[in-house]
Parts: sequence; C-alpha cells; structure tokens
Amino acid sequence: MNAAAIALNRFGLGARASDPLPADPKAWLFGQFDRFEPRPQALAAVPARSEVVQQLGAYIAEARMGRQQRRQMQTAGATDKPEQQGNGLPDSTRRYLRRSIRDDYLVMTGARVDAALTAAAPFVERLVHFWANHFAISADKLPVIGLAGLLEFEAIRPHVLGKFADMLTAVEQHPAMLIYLDQAQSVGPDSPLAQRIAARAGRQRGINENLAREILELHTLGVRTGYSQADVTEFARALTGWTVSGLGRGPAARMPGGGAPGQFAFAGLIHQPGERQLMGRRYGQQGEAQARAILLDLAVHPATARHISTKLARHFAGDDPPPAMVERLTQAYLKSSGDLPAVYRAIVESPETWAPQPAKFKTPWEWSVSALRALDQRELEATLAGALMNQLGQPTWKPGSPAGWDDIAASWAAPEALVRRVEVAQRLGERAGSTIDARALADKVLPGGVSETTRAAIARAESPAEGLALLLVSPEFVRR
Amino acid sequence: MLSRRVFLAAGGATAGLASLGMPRMAFARASTPRRFVFIIQRGAADGLAIVAPTGDPGFAGIRGAFADDLQGGAMLGSFFTLHPALAEIAKLYAGKQALFVHAVASPYRDRSHFDGQNVLETGGSAAYRVKDGWMNRLLGLLPQDEARALALSSTVPMALRGSREVSSYAPSALPGASEDLLARVAKLYEADQQLHALWSAAMETRMTAGDLAAGGGQNGAATGALAAKLLAGENGARIAMIETGGWDTHSGQRGRLAAQLRGLDQMVSALKAGLGADWASTLVIVATEFGRTVAPNGTGGTDHGTASAAMLLGGAVAGGKVIADWPGLGQGALYDGRDLKPTTNLDSMIAAALAQHYGLDPARVLAALFPDSRGTALAQPLIA
Repeated sequence: MNAAAIALNRFGLGARASDPLPADPKAWLFGQFDRFEPRPQALAAVPARSEVVQQLGAYIAEARMGRQQRRQMQTAGATDKPEQQGNGLPDSTRRYLRRSIRDDYLVMTGARVDAALTAAAPFVERLVHFWANHFAISADKLPVIGLAGLLEFEAIRPHVLGKFADMLTAVEQHPAMLIYLDQAQSVGPDSPLAQRIAARAGRQRGINENLAREILELHTLGVRTGYSQADVTEFARALTGWTVSGLGRGPAARMPGGGAPGQFAFAGLIHQPGERQLMGRRYGQQGEAQARAILLDLAVHPATARHISTKLARHFAGDDPPPAMVERLTQAYLKSSGDLPAVYRAIVESPETWAPQPAKFKTPWEWSVSALRALDQRELEATLAGALMNQLGQPTWKPGSPAGWDDIAASWAAPEALVRRVEVAQRLGERAGSTIDARALADKVLPGGVSETTRAAIARAESPAEGLALLLVSPEFVRR
Repeated sequence: MLSRRVFLAAGGATAGLASLGMPRMAFARASTPRRFVFIIQRGAADGLAIVAPTGDPGFAGIRGAFADDLQGGAMLGSFFTLHPALAEIAKLYAGKQALFVHAVASPYRDRSHFDGQNVLETGGSAAYRVKDGWMNRLLGLLPQDEARALALSSTVPMALRGSREVSSYAPSALPGASEDLLARVAKLYEADQQLHALWSAAMETRMTAGDLAAGGGQNGAATGALAAKLLAGENGARIAMIETGGWDTHSGQRGRLAAQLRGLDQMVSALKAGLGADWASTLVIVATEFGRTVAPNGTGGTDHGTASAAMLLGGAVAGGKVIADWPGLGQGALYDGRDLKPTTNLDSMIAAALAQHYGLDPARVLAALFPDSRGTALAQPLIA
C-alpha cells in the first residue's frame, strides 16, 4: 500500500470511488480534526434520550405492577398462569422489546452506518468507533437496548477530540453505562436509605461493584496493573449515589430533586458516607465529587496511559503493537495529561503505522463500512444495516461483554466468517449490478495496491456483479 | 505446501460431484466413535447455585433467599442438590451419565472474566502466557481421524485456536453464495496463506453440514441439535466447542440463572437426542472461568468469586456421583473471606477425563494440555 491508500484505508474508513486521492496524506489526516462533526446530519433522526428513558421507565413500572398482581393472585390461591407466551416473556416485555428495537435500536444502528458512510472526517469517525468499543456496553441486556447508541452519540462523539478525562466522566455518568453495569441500583450499606430499610423491614441493601471493577479493569488502568480487590470495593462505595433520574425504579425513584428523565443524578440518600482510600490516596470529598475525583486521577494515571496507548497502537499498527510506538504514545498521553488529539498526532507520526504491508484484518464492521463506501453508498436502510451486522457476526453495540469486541485477527479471521463475507459481497455486488466497473474501481479504492491475482480474478469474473464481489473479498480488501 | 494444494483440488472436485448428485467423498473410516464436547460457560457461573451444597450447615444462612430455589431439585447423594431447572441433567445423573466436580477452579486466582477465560481456554497458569488453546493441543494427541474439531460459532474461540486446523460453523441467514463464486474465491486465496487455510476449512465443513441453516440455533435446544448434526455419523466432527454466555449474574440472579440453566438443560438434552447411539461414547464437559461470591450482594446477585462446579455428562461418563474435597462455607473456610475455596484443579479434572476417555496416559495429557500445571490428573474413575 502507498501512503495515500494507508491514509484512506488504515486510518480512514475506506476509500470512496468519488473521493480524490489525498495529495499530502498526513495533512489530510490532521485536517480532519477541524472537519469532524460531533452531531452530523446522519444522526438527525435519532430519538432523544428523554423519550427513550420515559419508555423504559413506563415499561419497568408496568412490569412491576404485573409482578405484584401475579403475587397477589398466587397468595389468593389462584392457579391461573400469569400472562406468558411461548418464549416465556410476558406480553408487556415483548411489547417494550418490539418498540425499542424498532424505534430506538434499529434507528440508531442505521444512523451509525450512515454517519460512517458520509463522514467528513473518516479518521476521527474511526476513533469514535474505537472509543465506543473501549467503553463497550452490550444491548443484549434488555434495559439498555434503546440507550446503547446514545452512549456513543452523547458521551463519545462530543469528546473524541477532547481530554480523556472528560470522555471518561461523560461515559460513566451516562444512563446507558450506569444501567448496564448495575451502578444505578448500588446502595451504600451505611447510607441513610439502607439504614431506614434495615430498621423498617430488616432487609439489607448493599453495593454492586460491577461498574467500579470494569472502570479499573477495562476503562482506565487495565487488568493486572496493581489495584486490589479492596480498591475495587472502595471505588464501588465512592460510586454509590451515581444513578439516573426518571427511571421509576430503585431507590432513586423516590429521591427528590431528580432532573429530566435519563439525566445523571446524584442520590445522597444511597451514598455510602465517609472518606475512601484507593491505591494509597485518600478521597475526603463529599457526595458526587468523591467518585469524580477518583475518575480524574485514574484518567491521568500512567497505567491508564499505557493501557490506552497499547490499544490504539494495536488498532493502527497491528495485532502485536510495537513496544516503541506504545512507549511514544504513552509519553504523548502523559505529557498532555490525556489530551486525545496529542495522542492521535503521535499515532500519525509513528512510522510503524505507515508500513506498506497490511497491518490489520478488518472486523466485520470495518469491512462492511469500507465495502459500502467503495460502492459509493451514502445511506443504508436501518433494517438492512442491522441484519448485515448480525449476519457477519458483529451485531452493533452487542459485543456480549463490557470488554467489547476483540481487535485482533484471530477473533475475526475464521472459516465461517469468511464465507459470510463472500455471501454479503455477492449481495452487494448484485445490488450495484452493472453500474460499476470493478476493474476501474479496484485501482480507485486500493490505489497502488491491487495484486495481479486480484486483477485477473476480477477481469475473468462471469458478471460485473461477481467482479465486484471478488474485489470486496480480495486479500487486499479484507485487510487494511 | 504441495500436499495442501492437492488436497484443496480434491475437495473442490468432490464438491462439484456432490452437487451433481454423485456420492460425497467419505472421510477415512473412524477407528472409534468417541466424541468430546466442551461447553464453556462465559461470565462465571455460580456453582453454589447449580450444584448446591444444601447439606453444609452454613449454606442456608449465608445464601438467604437463594437457598429456596433448590426446592424440588434432585438430591445428589445426601449433601448436594441439583438446581431444579436441570431436569434432564438430573435424569442423566440418575442413569449414571452425569458427574459433578465441586470446589473446582482453574489456576487463575483473580477476578477478571477475560483473563479468567483466557486461562481456562489456553490451559496456562496465567493469562496470555500460552498462545494456543488446550483443545487444539488435544488434537495433536489423537489419531488423525479423531482429531476433527469444530467450533459452533462463526469465529474460532481461544480454546480451539492453534496450529492444527479447526472448522467453525454457525447457521447463516444469508442466501448461499453461488458455487461459481465459491470456486473463484478459492482460486483468489490460493497464494494467501492465511486466507487459503481458512477457506479450505470452511469448504470442508460446508460439505459435511449440508442444509443446516434452517435450524436456527437461537436457543439452547437448537444449538444442541445443530451440534449433534455436525457430530453425528462417520463423517462428522469428533470434537466440538459450544460457547454459552449470560452467566454473569450481578443482579436478579434467581430468575436469570434459572433461565440460563433451562437453556443448558435443553441443549444437553437435544445433543443427546441428536447423537442417538453415538451418545454412548460421548463425553461433554461443562466448565466456567471462576465462581461467584458465596454471599449474595446488595442487588440480588453475586459478584466474581473463585471456585465453582463443573459437569461431566454423556454416555461415556462413570456418573451418578459428586467429586468434591469440600472446603466448607464457614467464614474461616472461605477464600479471601468471600469465595468458595478451590480444592480441586480444573486442569487435573479435564486431563483425567480426556485421558480416560481416549485411553491415553494421564500424565502425558496433563503435560500437553496444561503445561504449567503443578498438580496430577485426578485418579478417580470418571469414564465408564
């Protein structure tokens, strides 16, 4: 690959036939810092957070009423089965699922594809996808189906060219994350509310350490970087009280002073009182400020700098990130106190990222976006976008765990996965039909990098559609 | 390289003949019908809720309301109770085709899912130390006709990754690509080492799988049935791995775990039904990366813990018992004051089961699959 091809395909989201070749690839990449649109037109149809959370709140209230009614029926000795259908889900759940998948999840996955196809700054757009995966939530957990996309649109996009600390805080205070990692229901055992419940009902309420652990392990320091189980527990105590307003469940529902539905709320009534100690530091702050102060320290911790630099280097320079490059990015991160553009500059200035051999096997997402861009598609029907990612094995915002999708070839370069790509390529080729000449397109989207084998395969294809399919699954095109 | 080319050419020719209604290429005749399936429970399954030590004097007190969920579950001897959602597995136990090993753990002692799963799948003693999976290394110990392995997913999980070729299969909702395109892609990938190997493996599996896509694979029963189809008959795979998720029950554990277990129960049941007579020589191992805290947390769930329970299922198993060097649930007996203490090495259990299943030397299996292990393979009879 030459430098222009690397800028377009390794750094960007894939060349489009209609785009001119960048004359100065580095300048083209740096210029994108000014061109990036946090809220592009493609996201205009995305539903507002308050709507999504109101639906969720209404569903939770309905589900709770249903449970109470069933309990009363059971106590009264009724033998009727509660409202349930074949797959075991109550009707109210299925109604909610159907609506939030159609109105929220699918609309947002479609908007994400459209934003990628029309991006004014494809390098920065790629970084948005990188961070969304770094702060992964998985929409297969029912209550976050409608919120998953909003985390990316509201917490990541506005901060992708800012300080890591600001992105981190925005993510951890976003309802999607607070709900996904069970923070919204975590109660300090010595908080006023827990004491009241214990006195009145004799029940114990307690903390849930899920979010605290994943912040340390996945979002900031990285696993095995020296923090202990005690640090996790202390952090979880500090985070108690971080919750979401307007959800209609949990102790926060009873809190006065909550904002609009879906806004971050600090509920002092469930906050564990007292000073916290984490990794040798004392945090004597009151209320929300306590966990916020911990986050700010974590954001500029050397282990965080190294963790993030390693992941970024892996994303651009290859599955085994070169140690010298990781060190360079780490220094850029620490010197700038986590100023992300400074780190991105260090990536672009690293000679390792300009190696002519392909550095990465594209993930299904990367491959799909680059294929659609190659065919000059500007939008994709939302249901098609969803189906495409499901079939290729990387359903959008559903990595199945907070660790996100792997960023190494071993996770994606598998026999069956390759067959799926060929099947999709055939469909895409058929859709484009004979309007595009794959022989000419190959040199535009893979400038200076089309092998003789690929050129011959395309030339001998039995139809224009088959020629396009072969281009899209060629060794050059499935890698970047 | 030459032999690989020849092989591919042969495969391609066979695919062509098959589509013309000619007999398919038969794989070499199998010497034994032994099959092995590894079901991984990703997310840390709560062994104390699945194979519950109801006979432990501390159990009811520390588990609180969770203890109620065991009512109606099958008694496994006088000490343990099986979760009632595992009705089919309870029948296997009654028929001496299910064995449970408790207070068992891999060498991993921290609480990260991702590191824990890496240790469980690579067979190393620490995360990322070993670069390939123990199932892939197992293939090297078996005769060629028994070393055909398959992942029931579109990608290959860590346990199966390594130098030996492994197929993957997951039902596709896409219309199949044309035979012509498949052949052209094969040619396009000929000179690319990585893509060529992947493509050859995919085409081989395709020949065995036939028209399975209609099956779905959305739930446990469908996955079990699909696995059985791919494992059945002489040409089927002999070794398979099935991934299950959803075991990370930090909140609302009681309902979620019951649903998970029903899915697992149906998966095993469908696998047994689909394998027919081959079930008699099948070993299924079910294991997770680590267990969960003994005490429930504040949100009706449990947090990351240490030891858990593993299952050996199948007609090949010397079942009807629970193997455990029970550490107890008293405060002083817990690991780190919060988790079930591990008293049996999962490595030792897996190595022993596979050695007995395949008639191999246990020490050799342990050394190959778990090179860092300081234990010895379990001595108890696990396989009938």
